[in-house]
Amino acid sequence: MVTLTIDGKVVQAEEGTMLLDAATANGIHIPALCAHESISPYGACRLCMVEIKTSSGRERLVTSCLYPVEEGLEVKTNTERVLRNRRTIIDLLLARCPESPVIQEMARELGVEETSYPAEDHGNCILCALCVRACEEVVGVSAISLVNRGVEREMAMPFYDDTAACIGCGSCAYICPTEAIKMEDSGDTRTITMPNNVVEFKLAKCSVCGAYFAPEKQLEYIARKAGLEPGFFDRCMDCRD
Amino acid sequence: MSRLGSPQELEALRQSLVQSRDPNRRCVTICGGTGCVALLSGDVIGAFREEMKERGLDSEVDLRVTGCRGFCERGPHVVIHPEGILYQRVKQKDVPEIVSETIVDGKTIDRLLYVDPASRQKAVHESEVPFYSKQYRLVLDGNARISPDSLEDYLAVGGYAAMQKALTSMSPLEVLEEVKKSGLRGRGGGGFPAGRKWETTRNAEGEPKYIICNCDEGDPGAFMDRSLMEGNPHSILEGMIIGAYAIGAHEGFIYVRNEYPLAVLHAETAIRQAVERGLLGDDILGTGFSCHIRINRGGGAFVCGESTALMASLEGKVGEPRAKYVHTSERGLWEKPTNLNNVETWANVPLIINNGSDWYRGIGTEGSKGTKIFSLVGKVNNTGLVEVPMGMTLREIVMDIGGGVPKGKRLKAVQTGGPSGGCIPESLLDTPVDFDELDRVGSMMGSGGMIVMDETNCMVDIAKYFISFLEGESCGKCVPCREGLKRMREILADITEGRGQEGDIERLERLSETLLDCALCGLGNTAPNPVLTTIRYFRDEYEAHIRDRRCPAGVCKALITYSIAETCPGCGLCVKVCPQGAITLVEKKKPVVLDQSKCIKCGACYDVCRLDAVVVK
Repeated sequence: MVTLTIDGKVVQAEEGTMLLDAATANGIHIPALCAHESISPYGACRLCMVEIKTSSGRERLVTSCLYPVEEGLEVKTNTERVLRNRRTIIDLLLARCPESPVIQEMARELGVEETSYPAEDHGNCILCALCVRACEEVVGVSAISLVNRGVEREMAMPFYDDTAACIGCGSCAYICPTEAIKMEDSGDTRTITMPNNVVEFKLAKCSVCGAYFAPEKQLEYIARKAGLEPGFFDRCMDCRD
Repeated sequence: MSRLGSPQELEALRQSLVQSRDPNRRCVTICGGTGCVALLSGDVIGAFREEMKERGLDSEVDLRVTGCRGFCERGPHVVIHPEGILYQRVKQKDVPEIVSETIVDGKTIDRLLYVDPASRQKAVHESEVPFYSKQYRLVLDGNARISPDSLEDYLAVGGYAAMQKALTSMSPLEVLEEVKKSGLRGRGGGGFPAGRKWETTRNAEGEPKYIICNCDEGDPGAFMDRSLMEGNPHSILEGMIIGAYAIGAHEGFIYVRNEYPLAVLHAETAIRQAVERGLLGDDILGTGFSCHIRINRGGGAFVCGESTALMASLEGKVGEPRAKYVHTSERGLWEKPTNLNNVETWANVPLIINNGSDWYRGIGTEGSKGTKIFSLVGKVNNTGLVEVPMGMTLREIVMDIGGGVPKGKRLKAVQTGGPSGGCIPESLLDTPVDFDELDRVGSMMGSGGMIVMDETNCMVDIAKYFISFLEGESCGKCVPCREGLKRMREILADITEGRGQEGDIERLERLSETLLDCALCGLGNTAPNPVLTTIRYFRDEYEAHIRDRRCPAGVCKALITYSIAETCPGCGLCVKVCPQGAITLVEKKKPVVLDQSKCIKCGACYDVCRLDAVVVK
């Protein structure tokens, strides 16, 4: 175990734990948009920057989602310098996604009422890549990716239209922090609406209760991966023993 | 070609090469570097071959196509040995005369000699040209002496002697200590002590360990690494092999951008030759040490010069940086300890091993040892590659070696360190150039770009240029860099286009702070430098744009107007060049008339007028 202080509070964490996780586990809130407990850290949103002082006395700003705990580290999550930078970052995100309720709320919390820059309309996508990383790391299909570079960067399926790899599981919609990806089940169809793609999937029907419960393609994928018998998914989760 | 099975065999080969080469034999060296190739040195080379063959001289006179000699402004260069007569701006049609007059009759051709613009003195030899005489060419020395595709040439000037020394008479730790003691700092930009980086990699857990040569130089106007890789590839291989030996690595990569075709070709040739001769690969010179080096071509993304992005690209992934809280020397390429140095750093290594760290420490300043190569470009008379000891002042580099600013214009600033470096004003021209001093004035060494600007450069426009470049090269992964640079560029565009507002400077400073503090990688962290230094040293220019809607340098089109002075004699030159037909000749010997409604402010009239009768305000 490693002992460090965060905002004056002495905390312990296992070696290899990131500062953000150590803080969260101890009830200290650090704002972040691109971090998720199930996905490896990435460091894109830069909202979770904190000030640290190492045991050797070196002071600097680091990304708390990527910085591992160290013995004797002093962490300050709310210094004036940290807050000033967070405000600039949320200001930039608010200009990018002025209609996003999540961003609006976060901006308000940080004291930014309106953006200092000409507002643009990029939908609600902040390019945090959580969807892309979930699709690759958790689902394992890599159906979506970030394409282009720099200011042209966006989230899309290969060549903007190759939907073949997507199994319709909806993990991307679930994990998106700003609701830039929407998922809707209606009758026997699931529709996932992404910034550059709209994909539809036929839902499987439960042989017992008759409810539509999951995309057929997703069930096929799971059955194949897990080596399940054909017909394993003939009933929904509620109708299983 | 047979493999050299032992250090003795290498030494014997070197001796036989040296003895077979008569230093008094006539030899013509022609620059085949990219700059001179662009100035048609290929035609000059072809003409020499033909002319000498025709005159039956080809068996008596050697012809050597060398790498870049640095003085690109005056290329193509031809040097006639043994006298060392330097001819500059040589054209294909000059060749028969050079052969008959100089090679056969031993006479010098006046018209092809370099004339110093300041003293009007003619220089016969390279050593009399101020551009060369004030330099200290250690790393670049080989470029002028050898043909880059000849291993024999490299061996004849002492090549691979340092490697031989290291592998046969030094332990890896002794090599490491020597490099640490030398004080060599990384030439790629960061200036991190090379020996310490080697040591961390050596001591890091994990096998195999890798070494990488970063030849992804992408700064606008910079060509130091390119010229070294093109002109003396074996010296880089030799440095890498020595480094691999010290670190305990057996595999290395040269990451070179594909836009450098000649560098790729010469590196490939050098690797092939070294492997054939047993100087690279398994059991080098029979010492039991093995090292394999491969080339990886980069796609030309500026960000791939950043070490973690470069390694991602090398692994076949998208070239995006990652946080470096765990250093690449501990976990780099494929999660293994990896030592990355740039081309110039590796090329310094054989010099240190050959001459010793004490000798090396004798060159340079307290904190920066050795020499540094700069590409001196922009508004300077002698454009080219310059190698000087660390600590030479900017003034000496720009004025004495560079020959000052052309057309009698006033020097305004020097941008060092590439796009994310800073603009150093004329008043700080006596700053000694080393890693720490450049940092102190808000700029940086970077990899060695040096762009000279004169009074006709608008510093806000310059800042906009660099920020636009970086915006285009940002990978887009982190918010401050992707969104912040775009906003900075927009604000700068507003200022230069007459829409500047009070508070713009502060907005730029705020964004700069966040990039500096919060961007994910070095590209973003250093990106605000051009803005911050131009605000620091040229704030009045920003204010003139914002408050008075005026561009003092006369560059920003939205803020300037051209007019005709009373002194205009109506020569009509401007009338001819105006693409809009906006200027008319009214009467002989009377000023021409400029119709503002048609003027597109292209500046063609201003450029063509010899009497300063076109005024820009």
